[in-house]
Amino acid sequence: MAEKISIGELHLSGCTGCLVTLADNYEGLFKLLDDYADLAYALTLVDVRHVPEMDVCLVEGSCCLDDKLSVEELKEARAKSKVLVAYGGCAAYGNITRFCRGGQWNQPGHEAYVPISDVVDVDIFLPSCPPCPQAVRNVAVMAYLLLRGNDEQKKLATAYLTPLMQLAQRGNEACGCDLMYDVINQGLCMGCGTCAGTCPVRAITMEYGKPNVNRDLCIKCGACYAQCPRSWFNFDVMNNYEGVMDAIRGAMK
Amino acid sequence: MDVLGNYKSVIAARSTDRDILKKSQDGGIITTLFAYALEEGIIDGAIVAGPGDEPWKPEPMVATTKAELLAAAGTRYTISPNLALIKEATRSYGLDRVGIVGVPCQVQAVRKAQLYPIGLRDVDDKIALVLGIFCMENLSYQALEAIVEDHCNQKMESVRKMDIGKGKFTVYTERGAVSQMPLKLIHKYVQPGCHVCLDYVANLADISSGSVGSPDGWSTVFVRSTKGNTVWDGAIKAGLFETKPMDQVKPGLDTVKKLATDKITKNQKNVDARKTVGLKGDGTPKGLRNPYESP
Repeated sequence: MAEKISIGELHLSGCTGCLVTLADNYEGLFKLLDDYADLAYALTLVDVRHVPEMDVCLVEGSCCLDDKLSVEELKEARAKSKVLVAYGGCAAYGNITRFCRGGQWNQPGHEAYVPISDVVDVDIFLPSCPPCPQAVRNVAVMAYLLLRGNDEQKKLATAYLTPLMQLAQRGNEACGCDLMYDVINQGLCMGCGTCAGTCPVRAITMEYGKPNVNRDLCIKCGACYAQCPRSWFNFDVMNNYEGVMDAIRGAMK
Repeated sequence: MDVLGNYKSVIAARSTDRDILKKSQDGGIITTLFAYALEEGIIDGAIVAGPGDEPWKPEPMVATTKAELLAAAGTRYTISPNLALIKEATRSYGLDRVGIVGVPCQVQAVRKAQLYPIGLRDVDDKIALVLGIFCMENLSYQALEAIVEDHCNQKMESVRKMDIGKGKFTVYTERGAVSQMPLKLIHKYVQPGCHVCLDYVANLADISSGSVGSPDGWSTVFVRSTKGNTVWDGAIKAGLFETKPMDQVKPGLDTVKKLATDKITKNQKNVDARKTVGLKGDGTPKGLRNPYESP
């Protein structure tokens, strides 16, 4: 067993749902921490006060520009981590903090919230609200293979992570409207229903074989578009789905 | 990957269950396999295309009994967004082992959901059996209405069966009328999203099936994954299917291969054409979004 990687979680303007999601891997989290990763930094879980050096930093929450500490810690996390992940809808796209206009308790002066990629460069997006425990598990295993694996494992991890890296390059605005703009308007939707099954707030229904988004319900978490098989479909990974799933299952045994 | 995908075996088959054959489109493969999987506890329920609120409009449903499977048997030539229930099946319905059937793009969506479960919490390991059906292209419900009511001149509610084969779209009515139209006339109604699809025989399913390649009333069955192999072997041992080797049936595997090659070649051209469909200021081509390259 190669040396473990280190993973941390920087908590900005989020609800802690992302951090809980990491723990929602239950015994899987212990397996990750036993064999693959040390938890270097995380609210309540790790007694480390200051942002340390780490291989992978999961950032939860959007960044409040009115809170200087948030901006400084985010920049510090960027400087001290090899891979920075926008973990969850708020970090990646702003999510519900996109609707903030200040005046809320207990920080009425805080009103400017931006996705973290407005402040720092981000390597990987892991959208949705909350993100999925299995998704962050897969990313953790792949990050381990990328940083510690043999050539073949590095190749697999690179292929696996590529679309999530491309997602980070695509931009930090997400909405159910993406299904219109980037799927239906582009002539790519075939009505499979994935978006409706994915939406955490049930804002999407299928009407006559195509998604219909209730934009008043949409929280802008980015899950629908990222899960859509026509946002990306990387045959190099998918065609080997049995092998990849076996590799992840094997790693978690 | 070959146009027919990876598979362990391919065979012509027909269900031995008469109740299923009365309702099924061809050989009753999907219905019989799900009924077997329910019986054996391989799945707790299956997401299938159930009856909807309009004639021939499918609505995804979770079937947990053979009676419910029978209500969903047969082909509706418009999409049933079965993936819309994939998380719900594990929540409201409380299924730990989910079966799902879909056309190739939907099977792709299932595998993406398992490898990249972005917003599908606790779903990946609960997908227990993925059955695929061959698909050349699909139609919106309104397009199907136009074909049946306008071109074939039959009422949707009086149709008993619809079928595609031998270059024709055929409508059989309850009172025995048969209306046909040439398949090439329906192309203008095909959903745009189907024109970039690079899969004909549901390459990523555990087991995939369709009429092409086998005689009338039979289906061609590809057994693909390790799990699919176990389920298929079990169903054969239980006597649920009659089978014939593919090299002993007409029109045979070559026809499947030809149609798969035709579809993928045509659609690969469409995917490539999208890359240069527009024009940039500097005179070079401007492309549309390509899901096979990046999100």
